[in-house]
Amino acid sequence: MKIEHQDGRAKREDVCPGSKGKLDLESVRAQIDRATSHDAGLAEKEKTGPEYWRSLEELARSADFQAALHREFPKGASEWVDSVSRRGFLKVMGASLGLAGMTACVRLPLEPIVPYVRQPEGVVPGRPMFYATAMTLGGYASPLLVESHLGRPTKIEGNDQHPASLGGTDIFAQASILGLYDPDRSQSVVSMGEERSWQSFLSAIRGPLTAQKALQGAGIRILTPTISSPTLADQLRGFLKIYPQAKWHAYEPVNRDNVLEGAKLAFGQPVETRYDFEKADVIVSLDADFLYAGFPGNVRYIRDFAKRRNPDGNMNRLYVVESTPTTTGAKADHRLPVRASFIETFARAMGGGVYPEDRGPLFPGPMMKDLESHGGSSVVIVGDYQPPAVHALAHALNAKFSNVGKTVFYTEPVDANPINQTDSIKDLLSDIHAGKVDLLVILGGNPAYDAPSDLDFAGVLKNGKIPLRVHLGLYQNETAELCQWHINQAHELEAWGDARAYDGTVSIIQPLIAPLYGGKSALEFVALLSGQADATGYDLVRAYWQKQHTSADFEAFWRKSLHDGWIEGTTYSTKSVSVKASNFPASSSAGSDPNAIELNIRRDPTIYDGQFSNNGWLQELPKPMTKLTWDNAVLIGPKMAERLQIKVEDVVELELNGKKVTGPVWIQAGHPDNSVTVTLGYGRRRAGRVGTAQGFDAYALRTSDAPWVATGLQIRKTGDTYKLASTQGYQSMDTPDGGHRPLVRETTLDEYRKEPNFAKEEGEEPAPGLTLYKPYPYKEEAYAWGMAIDLNSCVGCNNCMLACQSENNIAVVGKEQCVIGRHMHWIRVDAYYQGDRDNPRAFFQPVPCMQCENAPCEVVCPVGATNHSSEGLNDMVYNRCVGTRYCSNNCPYKVRRFNFLLFQDWETPQYKMMRNPDVSVRSRGVMEKCTYCVQRISEHRIDAETASVREGKEIKIKDSELQTACQQSCPAGAIVFGNINDPESRVSKLKAQSRNYSLLGELNTRPRTTYLAEVRNPNPDLKS
Amino acid sequence: MDEQYKITVNAQETPVIEPGYTFGTVTEKISAIVLTRPASNGWFVGFGLAFMLTMMMLYAIGYLFVKGIGIWGVTIPIGWGFAIVNFVWWIGIGHAGTLISAILLLLRQSWRNSINRFAEAMTLFAVACAGIFPAIHVGRPWLAYWLFPYPSTMGVWPQFRSPLIWDVFAVSTYATISALFWFIGLIPDLATLRDRAAHPATRMIYGMLSMGWRGSARHWHRYETAYLLLAGLATPLVLSVHTVVSFDFAVGIVPGWHTTIFPPYFVAGAIYSGFAMVLMLAIPIRKIYGLEDFITERHLQNSAKVMLATGLIVAYGYGIEAFMGWYSGDRYDAFTLWNRLHGPYAVPYWSLLACNIFIPQVLWIRKLRTSPVALFFISGVILVGMWLERFIIVVVSLSRDFLTSSWGMYYPTRWDWMTYIGTIGMFLAAMFLFVRLLPMISIFEMRTLLPEAEVKE
Repeated sequence: MKIEHQDGRAKREDVCPGSKGKLDLESVRAQIDRATSHDAGLAEKEKTGPEYWRSLEELARSADFQAALHREFPKGASEWVDSVSRRGFLKVMGASLGLAGMTACVRLPLEPIVPYVRQPEGVVPGRPMFYATAMTLGGYASPLLVESHLGRPTKIEGNDQHPASLGGTDIFAQASILGLYDPDRSQSVVSMGEERSWQSFLSAIRGPLTAQKALQGAGIRILTPTISSPTLADQLRGFLKIYPQAKWHAYEPVNRDNVLEGAKLAFGQPVETRYDFEKADVIVSLDADFLYAGFPGNVRYIRDFAKRRNPDGNMNRLYVVESTPTTTGAKADHRLPVRASFIETFARAMGGGVYPEDRGPLFPGPMMKDLESHGGSSVVIVGDYQPPAVHALAHALNAKFSNVGKTVFYTEPVDANPINQTDSIKDLLSDIHAGKVDLLVILGGNPAYDAPSDLDFAGVLKNGKIPLRVHLGLYQNETAELCQWHINQAHELEAWGDARAYDGTVSIIQPLIAPLYGGKSALEFVALLSGQADATGYDLVRAYWQKQHTSADFEAFWRKSLHDGWIEGTTYSTKSVSVKASNFPASSSAGSDPNAIELNIRRDPTIYDGQFSNNGWLQELPKPMTKLTWDNAVLIGPKMAERLQIKVEDVVELELNGKKVTGPVWIQAGHPDNSVTVTLGYGRRRAGRVGTAQGFDAYALRTSDAPWVATGLQIRKTGDTYKLASTQGYQSMDTPDGGHRPLVRETTLDEYRKEPNFAKEEGEEPAPGLTLYKPYPYKEEAYAWGMAIDLNSCVGCNNCMLACQSENNIAVVGKEQCVIGRHMHWIRVDAYYQGDRDNPRAFFQPVPCMQCENAPCEVVCPVGATNHSSEGLNDMVYNRCVGTRYCSNNCPYKVRRFNFLLFQDWETPQYKMMRNPDVSVRSRGVMEKCTYCVQRISEHRIDAETASVREGKEIKIKDSELQTACQQSCPAGAIVFGNINDPESRVSKLKAQSRNYSLLGELNTRPRTTYLAEVRNPNPDLKS
Repeated sequence: MDEQYKITVNAQETPVIEPGYTFGTVTEKISAIVLTRPASNGWFVGFGLAFMLTMMMLYAIGYLFVKGIGIWGVTIPIGWGFAIVNFVWWIGIGHAGTLISAILLLLRQSWRNSINRFAEAMTLFAVACAGIFPAIHVGRPWLAYWLFPYPSTMGVWPQFRSPLIWDVFAVSTYATISALFWFIGLIPDLATLRDRAAHPATRMIYGMLSMGWRGSARHWHRYETAYLLLAGLATPLVLSVHTVVSFDFAVGIVPGWHTTIFPPYFVAGAIYSGFAMVLMLAIPIRKIYGLEDFITERHLQNSAKVMLATGLIVAYGYGIEAFMGWYSGDRYDAFTLWNRLHGPYAVPYWSLLACNIFIPQVLWIRKLRTSPVALFFISGVILVGMWLERFIIVVVSLSRDFLTSSWGMYYPTRWDWMTYIGTIGMFLAAMFLFVRLLPMISIFEMRTLLPEAEVKE
């Protein structure tokens, strides 16, 4: 962001105190005389001098004083005369914007909302309340439980009673709390660059709406993202009744057109496909990244999948055929990296077609046998990027293996308006070009940035073809800029609404806080267009559900729905559909020239389609496979890089059908050859202070014909280089000298059965007591906290990192600091690649503080700022830390994080509201690290002690009650924390397993955090 | 005077003082530099430059205090960078001064008399430079005093298991003893300057500093006792200070730090670099101030021999480190060795081997050992090499430790360089002032070397 300094400099002159006029003593005397010579009555009438004066200048009515009176702030305070750093600017702007929108600290919503777990008589200060609500992504609801401190939502948890969450969340849900408090969010109604009031918009829109009324709304077009909200859909349909000629278009860049068309191809009607991975023994994923945030139902799918990864139970087997490395591929027992266009050939081979012989070892053969022998307990799942034919083929295959009704279910679509969104926006464009559109209402979204580039949506908005353009949005983004009216939208945590989860279950979205900047929800906005300007979101949602639930117990129904976080009986029942054809037409991309370079366009793993660009947590969250932050990159495979002589961070130019984009290269192990992956969401022009101008805009290469996979890409080196910020130094456990470090220990299921203690044999732990220092005197009956992380369950989704960031007030440091290596995450997920670079095995390892028994950090701290607690934690005393960084040097796990600069934002009022009040906000020069969420331990200890006193007997913290933040929201349930002194606790039982091992145990650190080694389940017939 | 103090003018060996001097000429020659000789333009230019570098350092430190430690290149995993490298380097340099003045005094090596004064000054200034770094390298320097065991009302004490606390004691003791030793040694000469000073102000300043020295037999007796005692106290420090400094690393578990060879090898390295610095200072000074008669070829040669010997000890240290890396069978130590030879910091490591081991071997050649120009350059090479050694130990070890995921690289910033070069400026500025304000060669000790001083029965 560029700041104009010129004005400020020019003003500096007149604020200089030196220019103050000299006090004229004569005039002062004259004033005093005048003020005192009159008697009281006279003075009342023709009062010339002030009764009380604060200074002689005031009395003399000097010009300076008059000027000062008319100034809001003292001289010098109101002008910005300094050239400022980006950081300083962020602080001050944040503060002023925040102050503009805020009138009080506590903002409880006006309507009654129902507290979730604890319902105290009154609010107990210091005790959080939890409310059930939801947020949507791509239309699908994630059921949430939001922690609220005195009316301020501070932390997102998953709704553990909702079937779509079971307590887990994904990264986007975790990060939404930062989105809520983002000081860059749109804070007012804006028209033509000027702030306006909601009322002025009301009067401005009345005329055009009345005019359209006569035309039956023929000139009105509404463009929405994917909507699953029953209330909003109902409202929009109501609007279309008033204006029958108006049209509702839907477009979202990350849409599911292929899924929809595939279902239509197979069944002749749009259906939603739902899977039950808990029952699936064999899973074949064709480019489906179903274990990562953004895939509908991923949180539940991860949980179900992880349950079946227990090598002591009935372990499943996952085959992944994919066009770009994903976390799902990393968890696969067999992974086949192929170009995206080949997946259709592969799917056809699975359906009985010919598998080309030149493709090396016959992968599908043994896999098909596996599928056949697991009829009814297998799943074939296809990713949204694959053409409709592949989806249809998968439907046919699932039917063939009699999975339908057992592991695969069909329901009504969750999308309330299941149309082909690409066609929809094309129709809209052709209407605009035909001059049929007079009023375009964009209900959220950012089409000027993310619509297919061949449609040139931004150009259409700019050239004035549409007389009136209205945009409702969270940000004044690229689209808002091109519309006459921009209405600031309320965040999902500040507005009423409803939405469907992947299984159709409806959640009521409850506001946790009144709109910080007075925004309007989509519901309220559509109500206004329909002539109900005063309708509140609460009334609208309630009214809709009152219509659905007409019996007398509505109040109880309503309260229960709010309390539980979902509406009973709304889960879609399964639909029986049958595959119509078995011979599906080939899509255009299939059988494309094998020598042409293919381009995969994917949503970004952390900022999705660009809607999270301004979210610092997500920007700084390492992308799961590359560990890159703050940028997208051109991903290519090692073979291709070698052939083209491209190195990491070389800037290349990508050309596709004449459109060019330049970006830095990242060489990704396991990426298929002759194929390139780019992710969307970067290169924003108006995202906010965090997201603007980060990365490159891949939308430029994305057309309506080839939204995900395009062929015929040209790639050229430009000769420039660009620094990328990866948070992981080295992504292999093999050191360059040929050694191997057993950091993630793994074996196959067969080997595991033969040698269950394999993990312990790889690194010997010295006998206890081999230390100079006396062991800590723990009490037998006290708590001893420990953690076990099951590497078999962990899917590398990074959710724990954001949960920790949110819980523990961890700062965002920015790209420059990430490049140096100063990111602050207390828990990180290391990704390692082993073996063949073109198709490596990949491993994820979450690393929080190990809370070592013989902690190397404690011994070397010169001031005793890091100490061993009586419960075995390595406590960090921030106030005592002087910042020698010796502890970090001596930490073999490198989990300590240092505030090299003032990384925390101490100024922005929004961030003050956002922070967890139970955790200190660290300042510059202080070391910090994972504490096992000591604030949660303390809270539960206090509760247990209070209960002990009340009951008159000793009550201990229950194993199920106390969870760390990373554990609580882990969708896979991979992290288990608890009391290891209690042999019955889950963590003790996990630690007793044969797979349990200590990371770097040979150093005699005796970590409290241990890992359960990874076991894979390869097909014995596939030895490759 | 003892027999040992006798000067044996040997045909083969250059004397420690050229013949033909008397008490008077020695005193005159040395005190004239301070009292009568006008400061040359060269001195002003040199001092000016060094002073500007000092100011640059102060600016860099000021900015550091305002912004925080993040302006440096340190990061996670490399939590220590230039600051600790420079600290160890400077402390090491100081060691030669103490060795020359204390150990050689106790060993009755009378040749030391002409170089001990400025070697001690060098120690003091080097320790001052070194002392800056631990204080400013902490994240919250305004709380650095918490490292001292002061009786706080909170009853909070430092954590005595930490080697950094041992460092605090070692370095502060060292600085105190060095300052005392140097000052007590100066007292008779300060009195000489007082007596010879023409200007009343000069006389008064030197008079106050000389603390009433009259040169009486009783004074001399007490002086000798105190000096010997201090020498006795300083002698173990030569060994202990760098031993404790090496504990900062040896106590840590980082591969490349965790080695028992560190204490002797650090001490040898310290003396190695210290003598190199002595030579780098002595060679230009004797030339500029015409002191070739006092600091003779013999001094240069002896220093060169010390460097050769300590250099070989250092080489042995490297060898043992490499051997243990292989012999221990520890995968992390083995990789540390490999990484030094082939990793991203291979160039500094090979340069270090060249500077500290290979190039100094030319000192076996007598001709080079006696050539001031050659010695000057070899000393420079050794100083660079010893700096690189600390860089390798501190930075390279940290950059590649246990978890491959946490490997990193260290890139010093301009602030790192400004602070480092600034301390060199501060050191030189102090030396410039020293040669102009105090007798850089001990006058009275030089006089004991003269034939006149021999006690006739």
